[in-house]
Amino acid sequence: MPSVHLTRHLYTFFPHLEGQSILVEASTAGEVVAALERLAPGIGFYICDERGRLRTHVNIFVGKQMIRDRKGLTDAVAADDEVHILQALSGG
Amino acid sequence: MASRILVGTRKGTFIVEKQNGSWKPRLAGHAGGGVNYVARDPYTGKLWALLGFGHWGAKLSVSTDEGETWNDNPAQIKYPEGARYIGQDMYEDAGSDFGVGIKIVTRPATVQKLWIIGFGPGGAVYVGTIPGGLFVSRDGGGSFELNRPLWNHESRGGDLFSGEGKGETKWFGTPASEGGEFAPGIHSIVVDPRDPKRMLVAVSTAGVIETADGGETWQPRNQGMRLDHTPEPDAEWGHDTHYIDQCEGDPDHVWQQNHVGIYYSSDGAKSWRKVSRPEQGVHFGFPITADAKNGRTAWVVPGKSDQQRTALDGALFVARTTDGGETWEQLRRGLPQEQAYDVIFRHALANKDGAVAFGTTTGNLYVSDDGGEGFTTVANNLPPIYSVRFAS
Repeated sequence: MPSVHLTRHLYTFFPHLEGQSILVEASTAGEVVAALERLAPGIGFYICDERGRLRTHVNIFVGKQMIRDRKGLTDAVAADDEVHILQALSGG
Repeated sequence: MASRILVGTRKGTFIVEKQNGSWKPRLAGHAGGGVNYVARDPYTGKLWALLGFGHWGAKLSVSTDEGETWNDNPAQIKYPEGARYIGQDMYEDAGSDFGVGIKIVTRPATVQKLWIIGFGPGGAVYVGTIPGGLFVSRDGGGSFELNRPLWNHESRGGDLFSGEGKGETKWFGTPASEGGEFAPGIHSIVVDPRDPKRMLVAVSTAGVIETADGGETWQPRNQGMRLDHTPEPDAEWGHDTHYIDQCEGDPDHVWQQNHVGIYYSSDGAKSWRKVSRPEQGVHFGFPITADAKNGRTAWVVPGKSDQQRTALDGALFVARTTDGGETWEQLRRGLPQEQAYDVIFRHALANKDGAVAFGTTTGNLYVSDDGGEGFTTVANNLPPIYSVRFAS
């Protein structure tokens, strides 16, 4: 199963995920987000807006590749992939 | 007597309490997060914070223990599938004499900012947002629904859920959006205590709008206001109302700080009269707060013109009227009178039971216990302050 790594910011909002090895049943980036939502209700609305689009300053990497489909999150995820969810760095 | 103030800042929620005669602030939640507005629902006792995380979107946070702990509300504010609005985007256009062009775009709505929350009896909770949707809960915040009659108002181009509408909006944008887009925003919600079906909302940049039937129909209430800064001063829509407040005990008295000055209505917003006094420096600003008992009493914190938007001449003062705006007093005691360039946002001034409090974008918080006669500096180094509201 793909493993998911979250930016520290998200652990602040969902502390029960911290320190866990997050393995999810998913074959697309969208399914990763849906699986996370089942583990931590509400987290999907942090990562995506209410139309399901990846938020402007949030990125999902599958392996070293940033996903291309920010609207539908259809990018494929393989069983041995590591998925990183992080935010763009910003000041202030 | 007022004893508790809720303060929303760019870096968290602060609670300020009166202890042994002095006001003491403390960080009470959302550390590091943007808090646009914090208020207490007087009907349910819940505290509500409207959060704006730059990366993670707008969130509705609630506390049921007077601010000891906060949680994301299980029901978040979300635009329903099919909600669209007409945006007016400026873009660089080298071919234009003005260097910019304007493109009209109909786009799906998502929450850019939660800006104001208001309360009514029977579990009514109202949230005003950018891009201009009013969300309503009838169960104390358990669920929220977009008010469609206002969203589909003919002034916004009509019903875009079921078609393309008229293709033209008279609601313009505000730069207050978190995303940087110039979309309209609802920043004022006033529920008539005599009849909660009657409400006023104010929109930047459209004006004041009233419902008398619980949100089924909405009418503009901009009579007497003039768009001095535009080529069409008498237009019905497009008014840059900064904030409105009503006298709770005498609700026909409504006060408005507008981009073009201060307005006062003594007939429930049916008509407005300009009562600012530019020659006395009482004219431009963002917030306004109305006394709860005397409809003719209100406070503002003037700023130096819309070009500068700082305290006038580096000296901060609050202006108070007690005669419906006929005359204004400048209240300066306890406030910095040199090298002060504070800006006070629209939700960052409040009054209750003779106390007046305001916070500034430079992190200063001032409170008066005597109606503004004299102020005490409660804090100098808070994060930029977005909202100040009395909780008790």
